[in-house]
Amino acid sequence: MVTLKINNIEAVVPEGTTVLEAARKAGIYIPALCQHPKLTPFGGCRLCLVEIKGMPRPVTSCTTPAAEGMEVATTSPVIERLRRTVLELILSDHPNDCMVCEQAGSCTLQELAYEYGIRENRFEGERRKYARKDGNPFIERDLEKCIMCGRCVKICDEVQGVEAIEFGYRGFDAKICTPFEEDLDCEFCGQCVSVCPTGALTGKLWSKKGRQLGVREVDSTCPYCGTGCMLTYHVKDNEIVRVTSKEDGLNEGLLCVKGRFAYKYVNSPDRLRKPLIKKDGVFVETSWDDALDLIADKLKEVKAEHGPDAIAGLSSARCTNEENYAFQKFIRAAIGTNNVDHCARL
Amino acid sequence: MAGLAAIFGSGAMTNSLREIEGMEVIFIIGSNTKETHPVIANRMIRAFRKGAKIIVADPRKIPMVKFSELFLRMRPGTDIALLNGMAHVIVRDGLQNDEFIADKTEGYEAWKKSLETYTPEYAETITGIPKDDIVSAARLYGGSRRAGIFYTMGITQHACGTDNVRAIANLATLTGNIGREFTGVNPLRGQNNVQGASDAACLPNVYPGYQKVDLPEVREKFEKAWGTALSPKAGLTATEMMNAAVEGKIKAMYIMGENPILTDPNMHHTVKALENIDFVVVQDIFLTETARYADVVLPAACAAEKDGTFSNTERRVQRVRKAVEPPGESRDDLSVILELAGRIGYDMNFTTPAEVLAEFGRVWPALAGIDYHRIAQRGLQWPCPTREHPGTEYLYKDGFPKGKVPFTPVSYIPAAEVPNAEFPFVLTTGRNLFQYHSGTMTRKVVPIEEHAGTPYVEISRADADRLKIKHDEMVKIRSRRGQIEVRARVTSRVSEGIIFIPMHYHEAAANMLTNDVLDPVVKIPEYKVCAVAIESV
Repeated sequence: MVTLKINNIEAVVPEGTTVLEAARKAGIYIPALCQHPKLTPFGGCRLCLVEIKGMPRPVTSCTTPAAEGMEVATTSPVIERLRRTVLELILSDHPNDCMVCEQAGSCTLQELAYEYGIRENRFEGERRKYARKDGNPFIERDLEKCIMCGRCVKICDEVQGVEAIEFGYRGFDAKICTPFEEDLDCEFCGQCVSVCPTGALTGKLWSKKGRQLGVREVDSTCPYCGTGCMLTYHVKDNEIVRVTSKEDGLNEGLLCVKGRFAYKYVNSPDRLRKPLIKKDGVFVETSWDDALDLIADKLKEVKAEHGPDAIAGLSSARCTNEENYAFQKFIRAAIGTNNVDHCARL
Repeated sequence: MAGLAAIFGSGAMTNSLREIEGMEVIFIIGSNTKETHPVIANRMIRAFRKGAKIIVADPRKIPMVKFSELFLRMRPGTDIALLNGMAHVIVRDGLQNDEFIADKTEGYEAWKKSLETYTPEYAETITGIPKDDIVSAARLYGGSRRAGIFYTMGITQHACGTDNVRAIANLATLTGNIGREFTGVNPLRGQNNVQGASDAACLPNVYPGYQKVDLPEVREKFEKAWGTALSPKAGLTATEMMNAAVEGKIKAMYIMGENPILTDPNMHHTVKALENIDFVVVQDIFLTETARYADVVLPAACAAEKDGTFSNTERRVQRVRKAVEPPGESRDDLSVILELAGRIGYDMNFTTPAEVLAEFGRVWPALAGIDYHRIAQRGLQWPCPTREHPGTEYLYKDGFPKGKVPFTPVSYIPAAEVPNAEFPFVLTTGRNLFQYHSGTMTRKVVPIEEHAGTPYVEISRADADRLKIKHDEMVKIRSRRGQIEVRARVTSRVSEGIIFIPMHYHEAAANMLTNDVLDPVVKIPEYKVCAVAIESV
């Protein structure tokens, strides 16, 4: 363990902890755009600069390991001026279209511009112009909004192990590229979308569906595989408009393509809406009352005529514990047979 | 899962997902983890970054191979030869855990004898894996005391599925790699709540919590709890129900949220079964392939439209919350069952899902400590017997419920159907990353369909060249049970002589072809191996 002082507050952290992590642990805020707890430090955005006693100039706290006796200042007029300049430089080549941006309200860059009150910009100059032409159906890539923090590149490589994107070109022309600049073709887990600090990466499905106003968040469990990832439905006007995942669930904010992007089955126009009874080979709509009466009568009739073992029930691994419990109890106690199973084997 | 329960006492994953990161060796056999459990694969990759060695045994070059120290490319259906071969080497090289064997197991000597013939040379002739790789895998797994085994349907969906599971259990028992943190045997559950549906006893031979229906004292307990007489006779499994239906023994069937037409083997047989049943009720969110054979279809609410809990693969009971109102007049399954039970004359007296979970906990102590309040933020892993209990991360910390763990001799038996001149290819089936099970949900999602909406068959370059089949060309696949037409995907994922078809697509249903021969113990169909012929269209 090493002991250091951050803004005169003593912090004790395990060896190998960075100054930034030590500060966060002590509840001290340092702004950052490229740093992310899941990823190896990069030192790209230069926002996490701090002053350390005995060092001749500010250093990036995300790449500096905490050392015994270190005295760190996370803020000072010099540091703040540097951060402001860095932000202005980033914003000088960032479309000022928060009005229509999907990420407005959940954008780290927007939040920092707000915090530093940056309205005008001293650095007018050339801007990158990129056509949006990505043919994939899941992820919208708006490279003009990209600040080259590299989080997407790192999470795709380090966490997802896919390496679908990389830095390409140099200097002003640098951008995040797919191989040969083809359309993105990957696992579409959307991990990159989840860590993007701007609106450069968003879900195509989210488009114009709602951001924060009138949007409710509901925490639930993913309905797909058995991993049981925790996810958050963003709901507006009785429609799921976005799915995200919080860092404190067992999946630590990670999802796959199904969990993150395959939610539209919920409001599919093909959903069943009314009970159906087959009459002369054709389904006709009916009331719940009639449907349930018919089922109850038929089940009683079969039970009386052929015994309970002529009835069988198939339940579902889709359904909840409570529904499954009630279903088998229905088959066992109400019908009187153990003919109940589900698709565990299939 | 029943196979595992008979050996260790419980049919669930013994470790928790968090522990994957602490493992030294991760042995993945018969699990395409990166596609079927992508976020568990994330954990494995994190372990890999920390230095864990990963062994992948699979007939296909699946995505996890990229992170593997060793890739054991085996012929489908030869798992027992590989696992016994590894055990043979572990014993030969003295890597077994003598202390664990002496204290916690029985039947070691007899089992050890059964391994004698499984030399790496013999295992190579069966599996097609070079013998040196079998030796390396054995030394890697056997040399670690923090090694985890992960498997899914690649192990269980065989006529010898139970024996495959026994062979895995033998390997873990031999090395004592079970019952401690960071080491164990982990069947990854394929569906969101297959663990919960099993715990809740939507199974024909047990009451909730795996309590056997044919034990009189257990039955009396449930008769008392439920206030009615119960049948002493174990029921039929899903596949047996279909057979009984064809024989005319099933007169009514209630199907809640299942799509057996697509998911059961040998589709013609399933259709015949459903047509032969007088009265079929299907309760689902869509008019599924199965619902078309129903007499009454009830519209159900989906997971985002109801409250309840799911139990994930690591036995963690987690909250499901209602986010939106169900469409039209559709209702959640629970209220429908309660209403129907009442109309039949058996009142269940539940008003909320929370009350159902409370009763579940009263009849099964492992859940007694779990309520909605405690799992509001984060789920709890059973066993969790009291309100103060923190849940159980890994099983068998304090020994095994049955006392000693038995070694079970198992021998390699070829798959029920092997290739011949007429059907020269081995077909193995499975899943892909984008679609899910029978596709009832994912196939309704436009971007998923745009990206992965076309059925395909994976075929090796060598076979494609020999049969003059081009990439993306339609081919006809025939088995003894049926035929389908599907697009060829020429790939290095499969080896010569083996083809792979994902199960999701009704328009080219893999289960038109698959063999409905069952494992004799747990009745799982042999989806992973059948013999087929391929021809251009």
